[in-house]
Amino acid sequence: MNTAKVKRIIYDNLMRIVMLLISIIVAGPILWAFITSFKTSAEFLRSPWILPAKLQFVNYVNAVQKAHMGQYFINSIAVTFVSLAFLLFLVVPASYALARQRFFGSKMINLLVLAGLFINANYIVVPLFILLKNLNSLDNRLMLCAVYAATAIPFNVYLLSGFMKGISREYEDAANIDGCGPMMILYRIIVPMAKPGLITVSLFGFMTFWNEYMLALTLLTTPGKRTLSVGLKNLMEIQKYATNWGAMFAGLVIVMLPTMIFYASVQKKLTDGITLGGIKG
Amino acid sequence: MKTLNRTIKGQTKGEWRRRGFLAYCILPSLILYLTFMIYPTLNVFGNSLFHWSGLSPNKRFAGLENFANLMNDRVFWLAFRNTIFLMSVVTVITMALSLFLAFFLTKTRLKERNVYRTLFFFPNVLSFVVIGTLFKNIYAPSTGILNNLLKLFGLDSWCHAWLGESGTVLWAIAAAMIWQAFGYYMVMYIAGMDSIPRDVYEAADIAGASKFRQFFAITVPLTWEIIRVTLVFFIASTLSTSFLVVSVMTNTSQNYSSEVLLSYMYRQAFTNANFGYSMAVAVFIFLFSLFLAIVVNILTGKKEN
Repeated sequence: MNTAKVKRIIYDNLMRIVMLLISIIVAGPILWAFITSFKTSAEFLRSPWILPAKLQFVNYVNAVQKAHMGQYFINSIAVTFVSLAFLLFLVVPASYALARQRFFGSKMINLLVLAGLFINANYIVVPLFILLKNLNSLDNRLMLCAVYAATAIPFNVYLLSGFMKGISREYEDAANIDGCGPMMILYRIIVPMAKPGLITVSLFGFMTFWNEYMLALTLLTTPGKRTLSVGLKNLMEIQKYATNWGAMFAGLVIVMLPTMIFYASVQKKLTDGITLGGIKG
Repeated sequence: MKTLNRTIKGQTKGEWRRRGFLAYCILPSLILYLTFMIYPTLNVFGNSLFHWSGLSPNKRFAGLENFANLMNDRVFWLAFRNTIFLMSVVTVITMALSLFLAFFLTKTRLKERNVYRTLFFFPNVLSFVVIGTLFKNIYAPSTGILNNLLKLFGLDSWCHAWLGESGTVLWAIAAAMIWQAFGYYMVMYIAGMDSIPRDVYEAADIAGASKFRQFFAITVPLTWEIIRVTLVFFIASTLSTSFLVVSVMTNTSQNYSSEVLLSYMYRQAFTNANFGYSMAVAVFIFLFSLFLAIVVNILTGKKEN
């Protein structure tokens, strides 16, 4: 073996050790949470290194029933999907019009949407609270979905209209000559061709809405309407007074699991989408 | 083709149909966007000039008094300092880490490199409540894995009440934020580095340039555009994610050692019923983030299109 090859092997394995160390740092906490979710409180307090003597599925039952994580789970699913439906209904036509049509005020609106990229929902959560209070719409989940969709408009319009600009005009012209109205052109021609963009919008939308915390915490006041994120934070607070640690970790896993399944199934599309959205920006 | 297109459109009797279609396209988004994004933003600026609890009818014009008070507010400056600390520490470490990892993962022949890529990205899809809960338990003084790990290696003297001590709390929060973010940026940098032609590196190898040298002489300059974009991302995301992590991980009633700008804004509005003052903090946040975005753009050299 020549020295270059030996050097290469040493180098590769050094790299591998570094990567494995980082893998442990990334995966370790998650594995720990999983294992702990099956422990009794006594086992949890004794040592983080011991394995549970018996898998305590009762922790999950407690989290779902006593800590209402089951209810919050259903709330989260409803809020996420309704918000996503709102978002798609809003941004698909809006992106098309802004990407393709010239009309009175179109430049102004484009600029306004671009400015929205600088407005983070967390910056305006306080005035949003006052606004919904004045509209008598606090604690209204449908309104929360509308707010979610609205705050996601700038980024998604920006992303989608960029995408739609890349579709050749010839298709529209041909359809126009064939007698297609604008509605038909949008939904029969543009939407199918912009499918990769729509998938990106849906994936990011799902993730954002499912994980959102601050707006859900502030705009919903009835405990029964909480989403999973808020419910988990609440569960952690209760933990200071009750000592059911297993249920707390079970709650954590319940919040984490759908995200993991989601990630496992769309991993490739998600990371491709990131570079689609990011590098063009 | 364009003129033909226009004449066809002009000739069709459907000018009204076109307007109806445009209204359908634009109006729902525009109305929602103006109501839930633009109006609250203007509200921030307008109400920063008032003394107002937010809910009571008592609202008194204060001019710039809120801002003057801000200048003398010790906790506000502490929150500002903490924000800057997190911003710089998280940005520098996350960026360095993700750039190096991206570099090695694009240049390595390790067969399992895609596994690392997938795994490292994963924390990014977790919610901040999950991350906050997880790390709060990791840092727990007696039951957390961090202190127990240190004890395992006989480093008992290194143990801390990580979130309870003012000297460690910000670093602990920064670590959680880096853990969450580095995979995301790594994926972005990998995408940029993949477009660098292989023969550039091959030429460098032949010329005897070290990997270290190649990183700074080839990789960084050729991915500069993406690095620039991510710097703006870092600013915006650290401002808001630090807020989320801090509110989940630390107790709002404890001292101010982990207060950041947004958590102070939130506290002033909802705990202290000091709405006008809270909006002054928000105005400061807006101007500060805008200022930083401009500075980043100037420092990193604007590429003219």
